[in-house]
Amino acid sequence: MSNALHISEKALPDGLDVDRVRADFPILQRSIHGKPLVYLDNAASSQMPQPVIDRLVHYQTHEHANVHRGVHTLSQLATTEYENARHKVMDFLGAADEREIIFVRGATEGINLVMHGYGRAFLKEGDEIILSAMEHHANIVPWQMLRDEKKVVLRIIPMDDTGELLLDEYEKLFNARTKLVAITHVSNALGTINPVREMIATARQHGVPVLLDGAQAAPHIPVNVQDLDCDFYVFSSHKLCGPTGVGILYGKAALLEKMQPYQGGGDMILNVTFERTTYNEIPYKFEAGTPAIAAGIGLGSAIDYITGIGLERIAAHEHALLSYATEAVQNIKGLRIIGTARHKAAVLSFTLDDIHPHDIGTILDHQGIAVRAGHHCAQPVMQRFGVAATARASFAFYNTLEEVDALVAGIHTVQKVFA
Amino acid sequence: MDSRELYQEMILEHNKKPRNFGVIAEANRHAEGHNPVCGDHITLHLHLEGEQIQGVSFEGHSCAICKASASMMTTQVKGKTVAEAETLIQEFRDMVTGKLDTKTQPHHLGRLTVLAGVSDLPSRVKCAVLPWHTLHSAFVAQETASTEKEF
Repeated sequence: MSNALHISEKALPDGLDVDRVRADFPILQRSIHGKPLVYLDNAASSQMPQPVIDRLVHYQTHEHANVHRGVHTLSQLATTEYENARHKVMDFLGAADEREIIFVRGATEGINLVMHGYGRAFLKEGDEIILSAMEHHANIVPWQMLRDEKKVVLRIIPMDDTGELLLDEYEKLFNARTKLVAITHVSNALGTINPVREMIATARQHGVPVLLDGAQAAPHIPVNVQDLDCDFYVFSSHKLCGPTGVGILYGKAALLEKMQPYQGGGDMILNVTFERTTYNEIPYKFEAGTPAIAAGIGLGSAIDYITGIGLERIAAHEHALLSYATEAVQNIKGLRIIGTARHKAAVLSFTLDDIHPHDIGTILDHQGIAVRAGHHCAQPVMQRFGVAATARASFAFYNTLEEVDALVAGIHTVQKVFA
Repeated sequence: MDSRELYQEMILEHNKKPRNFGVIAEANRHAEGHNPVCGDHITLHLHLEGEQIQGVSFEGHSCAICKASASMMTTQVKGKTVAEAETLIQEFRDMVTGKLDTKTQPHHLGRLTVLAGVSDLPSRVKCAVLPWHTLHSAFVAQETASTEKEF
């Protein structure tokens, strides 16, 4: 611990004023079981800063009405603000066109939309989809549903013991029947940042579109969908300091235009008679029903907040936290880190002796430390590493070196309880 | 709650050295219990003669709360009738879901009250109840028990 204290006295070389940032997050001031909250479950959901909370309250207090409908002032105001949020998302992702930004409920719904709109519409029996061995269930189960329905074939990119995908094996999976690649940008269970640019280039050589699950990437590293040249990109607002209930599907306009609608209803139509319906233009074609308006506007506000700090700085700070934490826990006897890829987001998955992660999670919680314990909705990853579950600390830009120290002390307490 | 209040000596001891852990050859009923949330997975082996529990054992992977609960359960129900065990199952469920205050209300739980602290931890109630669900499944000869059911 003396070593840890020595390092933590040093300022992180990333120019991020963590104290000031933390003051923006009211929830970080609270205590849990009489101890200061140490929130290290950011990969599951991040916390919301005051400006975003204020934006939600302001919207409901002064601006709410239904969008895309009324001629009255409030409806126009709500529509303007909602569409402003879409514009912010477009800039955030580096997309070229607002029509390519579709509001969905979250990353999961974004993937399901592509499965339905693209997969169900265009894939046939014997066609192949490439997934990776480190996917979240959200990027496995929809494709299994399509497999069972259409008899398509799922091909899985294997990974090595550090949690890096085997790119040679990936290349070998392509053939004339390959119709889609759907992979995670950053692994939620391992933290691995996949070399997606290279992987997209490979797919491009075979003329295969690529969907990236950006749920764990968008909040932590700069993303530019045009630069990456991906065809689809999904992420969730609530992992990016925004509200739950909203997420984004980015899709290239040419693809979105030929895809079939996901749900039918209001807003997604141009004209309806009982004989036939003309669908609306993109993105509205995919946005049936009244959306989560406040949540969408809140996401816009969260993007303002995140970009105000800057994703480069966020990534640098989180990387420093991860390096510090990785070094600190390596000295804990009996601790095994699951996921040791060269390029990692700030996710520290681990097992501890033969102590079940649920017990680790409970004892850390008693010390005010929030981590995730379980299979992280990535059971194939757990099987690959021969564990039933792991404990996972995941960091955000508002976490501190002192909180890493608290985690390390907490892990020692877990060992003492089970000694 | 302090960790020591939940992870009392008796629980840790049963976790470290679970009783009746393994397979009993005479078993004539089997049931599997699975908690998909945390991955707890146990198999229960039961030797029933008429209504009498002659033997019971368990195996599998689980957290300390689940394993201690299973271990203590096997020691408590051995020799009892199915009806007596069903009473214990009900009382145990009631205790960990906060419906039975073992300090003021009558019960037959004995040492199992060491697990009463779980009622303060909604996320861990399923861990403690899983073995009991599984025992009930073995009685009614269901193939598997899941903590996703009502308790």
